[in-house]
Amino acid sequence: MSPWTGPLEKVDDYRWRIPKSYKSGMRVDGLIFSSKELLDEVKEEQALEQVANVAFLPGIVSYSLAMPDIHWGYGFPIGGVAAMRLSDGVVSPGGVGFDINCGVRLLRTNLTEAEVRPKIRELMEALYRNVPSGLGSEGKIRLRHGEIDEVLAKGARWAVEHGYGRRNDLETTEEHGEMRGADPSLVSGKAKERGTPQLGTLGSGNHFLEVAVIDQIHDEAVAKEMGIEQLGQVMLLIHCGSRGLGHQAADDYISVMVNAMKKYNIEMPDRQLACAPINSEEGQNYLAAMRCAANYAWANRQCIAHWVREAFCKVLGKCEEDAGLEMIYDVAHNIAKIEEHELDGKKVKLCVHRKGATRAFPAGHPDIPPKYARIGQPVLIPGDMGRFSYVLVGTEQAMKESFGSTCHGAGRVKSRAAAKRMLRGEEVLRRLDSRGITVRTGSMKGLAEEASEAYKDVTAVVNVAHNAGISKIIARSRPIGVIKG
Amino acid sequence: MCYDNKKMRRFQLIEHTADTGLIAYGHNLAEAFANAAYGLFSIITELDKVKEIESQEVTVNAEDTESLLFKWLNDLIYTFEVKHYLFKRFDIVEFAKTSLKATCWGEKYDPSRHHIKIGVKSATYHLLEVDEGKNRVQVIFDV
Repeated sequence: MSPWTGPLEKVDDYRWRIPKSYKSGMRVDGLIFSSKELLDEVKEEQALEQVANVAFLPGIVSYSLAMPDIHWGYGFPIGGVAAMRLSDGVVSPGGVGFDINCGVRLLRTNLTEAEVRPKIRELMEALYRNVPSGLGSEGKIRLRHGEIDEVLAKGARWAVEHGYGRRNDLETTEEHGEMRGADPSLVSGKAKERGTPQLGTLGSGNHFLEVAVIDQIHDEAVAKEMGIEQLGQVMLLIHCGSRGLGHQAADDYISVMVNAMKKYNIEMPDRQLACAPINSEEGQNYLAAMRCAANYAWANRQCIAHWVREAFCKVLGKCEEDAGLEMIYDVAHNIAKIEEHELDGKKVKLCVHRKGATRAFPAGHPDIPPKYARIGQPVLIPGDMGRFSYVLVGTEQAMKESFGSTCHGAGRVKSRAAAKRMLRGEEVLRRLDSRGITVRTGSMKGLAEEASEAYKDVTAVVNVAHNAGISKIIARSRPIGVIKG
Repeated sequence: MCYDNKKMRRFQLIEHTADTGLIAYGHNLAEAFANAAYGLFSIITELDKVKEIESQEVTVNAEDTESLLFKWLNDLIYTFEVKHYLFKRFDIVEFAKTSLKATCWGEKYDPSRHHIKIGVKSATYHLLEVDEGKNRVQVIFDV
């Protein structure tokens, strides 16, 4: 693939614009939050062309946005954010992605690295055994016939009602882990067939479980409100999504949208941007099905968090209270939501697509938990398995500029095949081990694909988000144990 | 690059930063569709370990040939995930621009013998091409 050579205007050190004059059909400019260094990599591929293509979508307002971790996706770039007017705008399943509500959940503990490290191998083994992972993994949960519909309607609440975790976990989950307006009758039988045996599984690819240690605190007061109290404190991070259920629901509705485009006379430069008016039957049905898949993902992370707590307590010989296993937050980074934003001085409802982007609402926003009303919504940014992860908070600037959105991770720079050619899984394992990171995996090849070298430096990514003001860095952690599916 | 018995090129992989894709070839479009399916399963597993002992019928209908390719490959991903079949031979018995019927040969996934290399979430429409003149198809998978 050849480098991108379109026009890119520097707005300031962290903002770059693709003028809508670049391609006839662009309704708004593209705006990329990035640094010169990160952009040099981005320009090697066609992600910026995808930013321009997203600007074609009917009803898009302000900008076709890209977060600092932007990389080449399919249709939308990964790291893409687009907001549409409800009156004449569209919703696009490609703007959410196949892994609907792929997201991140972070739990704190009262324990320190000194207490956990001597038992880290035992802990990773227990976590690996207690949380089903890997390709085609099937879970420990046996749903009754038709019970999947309850999971799709209730999300994380279904899990809590069935003994997986606690009620107050829901308070610190985006949407309380239960998106309203989910209609299970609009999710296909095929999607339910794929999702039923996979509930409570991590999956494979870039999904993981991580035992991490806080190694930098940038804002002590804010960190403390979240329960991040000291350097060396152990954290537990879960990254996964809606499994086959979400993939199938996305497939089903992309096909619906491809037909709807003809019906509504919409033309797009890439079929993967297939869409339908938000107010059409197709648009509404997709949103209702997408919310089901989002709820499934929240139920999934809720069950996994329960088993993580179980394994942790067993190995460390502590009860849950003594171990202080409280949730910090759970965020979605592949989702479309109807939200209120200010546009030209007026409050309007918009359909915000976040494809590899995290919501970053500021202090005082009504949609964030009361617990965080004073500090802003926690934003969880996992890095690659050899480097750091970050906790940030949302800001007013994000509300003004990025529809309350920021980055979601490191962002790939090398293809999976290129990563495998460069390194063998065994070598990755050995190197991580020599740096004190214990890895448990079912696939050595999968491990090579996810090596640090395949990713952008997450620190460079979050620094752009911080310096541009669309979120604020609070703390950093480094991994001491990783489970890769 | 992968060749069939007659040294005809079956498919080649395309590298895409986040994902993976392929270009498949054939003497006719039906064969290119079959080779795309073969390519898909060779991304998922090592096909030399898969025996042709069981078959499943797959029927796909779509609005146009591009959608037919998208649905064909996604139907196979679904069959693998739900029924655990790994396929390596695809006898396309009926093929028209908007419909396809195939008998897919392979066996059920057996963890003691089969190694799953990578999970494929879905075929995508991004850069999807069906070249009827050259009997060549291109697809990017979300993995």
